[in-house]
Amino acid sequence: MAGYEGKSFKWVGTRPVRPDGVDKVTGRATYGADMNLPGQLTGRILRSPHAHAKILSIDTSKAEKLKGVKAVVTSKDFPQMHRGVLPGDEGVNFHYLSSNIMARDKVLYDGHAVAAVAATSAAIAEEALALIDVKYEVLPHVIDVDDAMKPGAPLLHDDVFTTGVNPKPDKPSNIVQRVHMALGDAEAAFKDADIVIERSFKSKAVHQGYIEPHAVVAEWSEDGQCRIWCSSQGHFMVRALTSRLLNMEAAQIRVMPAEIGGGFGGKTIVFIEPTAVLLARKASLPVRIVMSRDEVFRATGPAPGSSMDVKIGAKKDGTLVAAVGEFRFQAGAFPGSPVGPACMAAFGPYALANVTSAGYEAVTNRPLCYSYRAPGAPLSSFAVESVIDEIAQKLNIDPMEMRIKNGSKEGTQMVYGPKLKAVGNLECLKAIQNHPINKIPLGPNQGRGLAAGFWFNLGGQSSAVVNIAEDGTANIMTGSPDIGGSRASMALMAAEVLGIDYSKVRPIVGDTSSVGFCEITHGSRVTFATGMAIIQAAEDVVLQCRQRVAAMWEVDVDAVKWEDGHACPAGANAGDQKPLSLAKIAAKASRTGGPLVGSAAINAGGAGPAFGVHICDVEVDPETGGVTVLRYVAAQDAGKAIHPSYVEGQIQGGVAQGIGWALNEEYIYGADGRLQNSGFLDYRIPVASDLPMIDALILEVPNPGHPFGVRGVGEVPIVPPLAAIANAIARATGARMMDLPMSPPKILAAIDAKK
Amino acid sequence: MARIVLSDEFGRQFAGGQTRFDLDVRDVRHLIRTLEEMFPGIAEHLEAGAIAIDNEIIPDPWLNPIRPNSEVFFLPAIKGG
Repeated sequence: MAGYEGKSFKWVGTRPVRPDGVDKVTGRATYGADMNLPGQLTGRILRSPHAHAKILSIDTSKAEKLKGVKAVVTSKDFPQMHRGVLPGDEGVNFHYLSSNIMARDKVLYDGHAVAAVAATSAAIAEEALALIDVKYEVLPHVIDVDDAMKPGAPLLHDDVFTTGVNPKPDKPSNIVQRVHMALGDAEAAFKDADIVIERSFKSKAVHQGYIEPHAVVAEWSEDGQCRIWCSSQGHFMVRALTSRLLNMEAAQIRVMPAEIGGGFGGKTIVFIEPTAVLLARKASLPVRIVMSRDEVFRATGPAPGSSMDVKIGAKKDGTLVAAVGEFRFQAGAFPGSPVGPACMAAFGPYALANVTSAGYEAVTNRPLCYSYRAPGAPLSSFAVESVIDEIAQKLNIDPMEMRIKNGSKEGTQMVYGPKLKAVGNLECLKAIQNHPINKIPLGPNQGRGLAAGFWFNLGGQSSAVVNIAEDGTANIMTGSPDIGGSRASMALMAAEVLGIDYSKVRPIVGDTSSVGFCEITHGSRVTFATGMAIIQAAEDVVLQCRQRVAAMWEVDVDAVKWEDGHACPAGANAGDQKPLSLAKIAAKASRTGGPLVGSAAINAGGAGPAFGVHICDVEVDPETGGVTVLRYVAAQDAGKAIHPSYVEGQIQGGVAQGIGWALNEEYIYGADGRLQNSGFLDYRIPVASDLPMIDALILEVPNPGHPFGVRGVGEVPIVPPLAAIANAIARATGARMMDLPMSPPKILAAIDAKK
Repeated sequence: MARIVLSDEFGRQFAGGQTRFDLDVRDVRHLIRTLEEMFPGIAEHLEAGAIAIDNEIIPDPWLNPIRPNSEVFFLPAIKGG
């Protein structure tokens, strides 16, 4: 293994046992709902039965009188927030955020919280909810994004004025923003195309489907201190948002990270934590709130539904000459859809001189739309990759050759402006091209689909501490919740730099009062950015060791080098010294300057974009329209895989979720605007028996922005599956599916329509 | 002079449709101040988004230097999952 500063890796790239594994398989791991404190109350939330309604009154008096009820809160207990985004709030509209956590004047979706109680038992809390009398004036609602954008659609907010247009509208609407980016002149370039295909696509909202519901325990102390235990993708985020929403000082709040049973973007914001704090403050007792699955579906942050138009033109030889996409995203009840990244990522795998990517976001009477793995990109890529495949089909060109011919690579200018640095798009395409799956003959009703995907990857703020114990073992701590195996990756990187055995490094995730700030675990940033912080903290320890040994040897620090966990003479000028191990240096730390503690606090730039290319075989049952995924291969550029098993796991997980998105998953609303399938029986995520073995191929084109060459890996695997499955179905049936999910009734109808 | 590129919607909303500017600025903070002087109200929108300097998306880049031949793009905010 070549790599770091020209040396071979000893630990990076190996597959040791995960440090959190034993606790998880034995049930000892503590998740959000596992926390219990003496005197703890049960919190429950009353939710709107209406998709859109004015709140005329809320009478909590009967609930408050019920024996065992210790606190009741409504929006009146939440501080009023400034309407709009204030400078320094990083684009967060705290009025909207607060209004989502507890409805103020109106409820905006089925499941919107209107009141909460804390009681001595769950039964009493439920009884209390039934005693709260909420009077509503039901309003017309709108769910679909195209309907929400029409003039005369039911208006959700009177302060949403479309941005990105000129002149600025003088009337509010549901259209939050228009996004537009372009290279060259696509409309003019279509004249040079031999074939132009234009298609429209629709999709329904989907949920991230994390297995662990949101859960929180909040404790309030008489001196105004607050402790929160919760499962989230960022306990510093929980602290920051809770303190801002409740007008508290951040240092008064200590947030303890629980183990997390999945997040995928859905736990990058608060839904119940501030409510639990208010209840605990009012009751002067700890309060635990655990969402039911019904609540998770109805009132967290699913990914948007969409409506999209894509037009692409090509020469007869498959050269792409122009592309235009318009992507309309359903935002949920408050602004915040990922339409911007969707526009940016849509055409990422292609080098296009003439391309326009535009988007609209519209609020609808659905739960707040929030992040889901590579937010926005799976949808826009589904549309683009479907049209690319259809062009290849119509031109009778190998879809792989067409993608290689037009593939983006180092130096390609992206539609959003910058040019790519070293990336592995072509490497992934060629890896799939050379995979044995291509030689497997297909049977009747079977088809093979190909799709590519792109995601930016993020860096950002991370902190890390490396504490060396007196025996030379290491405790390492970061503030990044471990969702995808980051503790193992952190330990591997620390072991690599320190030169000690992986088993001698114990990684933990520290709470908000124990370690420096870390941004949320999102955007495939943790192994990259927090890993960079760990590397720097470990290098800090190494430098301290060299300095102390240099002092002992009475030489300059440059005369001492660090090799395989030992301080060694760098040359003859250091004298005839025997190497000193980290354990020996640590044992004498009290005599050479005190504890060996390395730390780093960084704001990491240099995140390298990721590409993935997927191929799959499906069989479609012509009698039922059911789809069986027979084989699936996914190639991805990881830059450098720190722990390859985890990288493979990320790829397989993303593909599994993408297959669910493609085939089964959808939010189904009744005519009354209420969600009809708020449980896993009716909202069908794939289970193991639905999936083939997903063959994950790791490519390593080093990211020049990271000392070990790391790229984020968690996002891009969910980008190509929607189109890969659709393209395979098209090849199997001759029917091109443009409406997600591609459920059996739709496929059957499409097959019948072809007859 | 560095080449500064606004997104199309910012250009349309604040700069009369113009998106490309050549400006002599030291760093991102200086750039945002300069653009705010040119187009009052644009700064808070720029700061809520992402920014790429010389083909690299930079997190929180106030003090990031901008060289005379740098190319700077203002982008929509990018959230991960």
